[in-house]
Amino acid sequence: MDPVMLARIQFALTTIYHFFFVPLTIGLAFIIALMQTLYVVKKNEIYKKMAKFWGHLFLINFAVGVVTGIIQEFQFGMNWSDYSRFVGDVFGAPLAIEALLAFFMESTFIGLWIFGWDRLPKKVHLASIWLVSIGTMLSGFWILTANSFMQVPVGYEIRNGRAEMVDFLALITNGQLWVEFPHVITGALCTGAFFVAGVSAYNLLKKKHIQFYKKSMNIALIIGLVGSLGTAFSGHAQAQYLVKTQPMKMAAAEGIWEDTPDPAPWSAFAWIDTKNQKNKFELNIPYALSYLSYSKFEGSLKGMKTLQAEYAKKYDRIVGEGTNYIPPVKTTYWSFRLMVGFGMAMILLSMIGLYLWKKGRLLQSSRFLKILVPAISFPFLANTFGWVMTEVGRQPWTVFGLMTTADAVSPNVSSGTILFSIMMYTLIFTILAGVMVYLMVREIKRGPVEHQDVNSAVSIDPFNKAGV
Amino acid sequence: MELSEIWFVLISVLFIGFFFLEGFDFGVGMSTRFLARDQKERTVMVNTIGPFWDANEVWLITGAGAIFAAFPNWYATMFSGYYLLMLVVLLGLIGRGVAFEFRRKVEDTRWTNTWDWMIFFGSLLPPFLLGVLFTSMLKGMPIGEDMNMEAGFSDVINIYSIWGGFTITLLCLLHGLTFLSLKTEGEIRQRSAALAKKLVLAVFGSLVVFVGLSSFVTDIFEMRPILELIIVVLIVLAIGLSYYFISNKREGMAFTMTGLGIMLTVSSIFVGLFPRVMVSSLNKAFDLTVYNASSGAYSLKIMTIVAATILPFVLGYTIYSYYVFRKRVSDKEHLTY
Repeated sequence: MDPVMLARIQFALTTIYHFFFVPLTIGLAFIIALMQTLYVVKKNEIYKKMAKFWGHLFLINFAVGVVTGIIQEFQFGMNWSDYSRFVGDVFGAPLAIEALLAFFMESTFIGLWIFGWDRLPKKVHLASIWLVSIGTMLSGFWILTANSFMQVPVGYEIRNGRAEMVDFLALITNGQLWVEFPHVITGALCTGAFFVAGVSAYNLLKKKHIQFYKKSMNIALIIGLVGSLGTAFSGHAQAQYLVKTQPMKMAAAEGIWEDTPDPAPWSAFAWIDTKNQKNKFELNIPYALSYLSYSKFEGSLKGMKTLQAEYAKKYDRIVGEGTNYIPPVKTTYWSFRLMVGFGMAMILLSMIGLYLWKKGRLLQSSRFLKILVPAISFPFLANTFGWVMTEVGRQPWTVFGLMTTADAVSPNVSSGTILFSIMMYTLIFTILAGVMVYLMVREIKRGPVEHQDVNSAVSIDPFNKAGV
Repeated sequence: MELSEIWFVLISVLFIGFFFLEGFDFGVGMSTRFLARDQKERTVMVNTIGPFWDANEVWLITGAGAIFAAFPNWYATMFSGYYLLMLVVLLGLIGRGVAFEFRRKVEDTRWTNTWDWMIFFGSLLPPFLLGVLFTSMLKGMPIGEDMNMEAGFSDVINIYSIWGGFTITLLCLLHGLTFLSLKTEGEIRQRSAALAKKLVLAVFGSLVVFVGLSSFVTDIFEMRPILELIIVVLIVLAIGLSYYFISNKREGMAFTMTGLGIMLTVSSIFVGLFPRVMVSSLNKAFDLTVYNASSGAYSLKIMTIVAATILPFVLGYTIYSYYVFRKRVSDKEHLTY
C-alpha cells in the first residue's frame, strides 16, 4: 500500500482512539470540579464522595488520554514531515503554546489533586481541580487553533516556499475556531454528562446507593441538556460558516451533485452513486437545507459538480491539472447524519430525563434508565463521526487551498515502517482498551465506597496514630 | 543575539530541565526492580514520584513542541529520520504512564507486578534511546540536500551512540537514587544511598569513556574547546561532590549534585551542536542550523513573548507542588499509587 494511505490510516487510528478519552476528560473534569464545589459550599459529604468516585473513573480515562496524546505530537514529524516543514511556522506555535499553557497546568494540578486530598487546604484542593478543568479546555482551544488553520488558513503568507505566520491575532480570532471550539467543548460536556448519567442509571436499576446516583444523575442531566443544546446551536453556526468557507465539504455532507433549487431541501436519506455522480434515491425535507445554511427559508447551494469546476479554475495551478476536489462523498454524507442523529437523541434524552426527574418519576422509569446505559456511547459516536466528517470532508486537502494530503507525507519513511507502527499501535490500543474497560467496570461495580488500601492496612503501626 | 539563537537556548533549557526532572523519576522507575525487596517497598518508591512524573514529562512534550514551532525543519528531519526510535520511546512512555495509574487498581500481586515491569522498561528505554538520539545527532546523521534523513541501523545504533545512551541512563539512575534517599525513610533510604555511592564510580568511568569517544567521533571539542572543557571539569566536580555528600548523608546536596551532573552533560551536547541543530554526516553544507531550520522572525517573536509570559507561572506552581509534597514518603501513610 502506498505510504500516503498508510499514514492516513495511522492518523485516523491514533486520533480517533485518542479522541475517545479527550472529551471524557474535558467533560468529567468539569463535572467533578462542579461536584467538589458543591461539597465545599454545601459541606455535604455526599458531594465529596461523588468527586472521589467519579474522580477514580476520570483518572483511569485520563491516564490513557495523556499517553495517547503524546503520539499525536510526535506523529506530525514522523509521518507528515513535509507538512511540518510547510506549516510549522504557523502550526507549531499553537502546539507549543498548548504544552506551555495547558499541559503543564493540567499535569501539575492533577498531581496536586490526586495526592492532595489530605494535604491541601480544602479551597486550594478545589482550585486544583478547577485548574485541571480549565487546563483541559485551554488544551482544546490551542489544538483547535491549529486545526482551524487547516480548515480555514488565516494569518499567513507564502514565503520561502512555506506558510509563514504574519498575524497571530488572526489565528486566534479565526472564525472557524470560534465555531469549532464551542462545538467541541459542548460535545465534551455531553460526553462527561452521558457517562455519569449512564453509570448512574445502571446502578439505580440495581437499586444501589440510590441517593448518591440520584444526585449524580441530576447534575449529569442538567449538563447533558446544556451540552447537547450547545452542540446543536454551535453546530448550526458551524454549518453556516462551512457554506462560506468550504462549500465543497458542505456539498459532500449533503450529497448534492447539482446546484440546489431555491429554497433548498435537506436530504434525510440518499442512495449515493459516486461513480455516476448522482443520487439514485432521495428522501428530502423541503426548506430545511436553506435554513441549515443561511438561517432563513430561502437560498440555494452549489453542487459538487459546479464546485469542482470552480475549484479547478482556482487551485489547479497549485496542485496540478485534473485534480479531483470531491472528497469521499458517502463517508462525509453519512458521518454528518450519524453525528446529527446521535446529537438529537442526546437532546431528547436529557429533556425526557429532566422531565421525569421533575415529576419525581425517574427512579420508576426503568425503561428510560435502561436506555441511558447504552446511551453512554452516543456522545462518543457523535464526536467521532463529527471529526470524520470534518477531516475526510476536507480531502484532498490537508491545509485547505494550500497543500494536499498527498504532498504532506514524509518522503523518507517507507510503507513497511508505517505499517509496522500501525500494528504496534493497534496492539497496544487493544490491550489498553481491554484493561481500561475492565478497570472501569470494576470500579463501577465496587461503587462509591472508600477504597480498602491493602498495603497501608498491612503496615499499620499500633504506636503511630498517623498510621491508622 | 538573533531570536533563532535565543530559541536554541530555550529548547536546550527545556531538554536540560527535562533530564533533570524526569531524569530522577526515570531513575526511580529503573531502581524499583533491584532496590526494592518486595512489592510494598516498590509501592513506596513509586509514590515518591507520584505527584511529579506527569508534569516532568511535559518538559519533553514542550521541548518537542518548541522545536516544531521554532525550527520546523529540525522537527521534521529528526522525527521522521528517527522513526523507529521515536516509536519505541512512545511505546515506553505509554506503558509507563498508564502503569502508574493502573498498578494497584486490582489487589493482585501478579497484576501489580506486571505493571511494575512496565514502569521498569518505560523508565529504562526512553532515557537510553533519547541518549542514543542526541549522541548520534552529535556524531552526524546521513542528511541530504533536501534536509531529509535516510538513516540505516548503524547510523542510529553504533558504539558511540550506545555508550551515550548508556551514560545518560546511568546518570538518571544515580539521580533517581539520590532522590530516593532524599524522599524515603529507613531501609530504602539507606539502601539507595549505599547503591548511589557505588554507582558514582561507574558513572565516573562511563563519563570518562564518553568524553574520550566524543573527542574522536565528534567535533565538539574543536567547535568549542574551552567551553566544553570547562563543562567537563564541572561535571567531574559535580559527580565527585555528589560522592562526598552521599557519604556525609547530606541528601539534599547529593541530589543537587547529581542533578547538576545531568544538566551539565545535556548542556555539553547542545553547546557542541550550536549553531547546528542536526549535523549531516554527508556534507557540511547539508547541516541543519539555527539559521536555515528556523521559523520566520514574526513567529519567533510571538513565541518569545508567549514563553516569557507563561514560563514564570509554570516554574512558580511547579515549585509549589514540590513544596507541598516535600515530606518523605513511607508505608505508614496512605499511598495513592
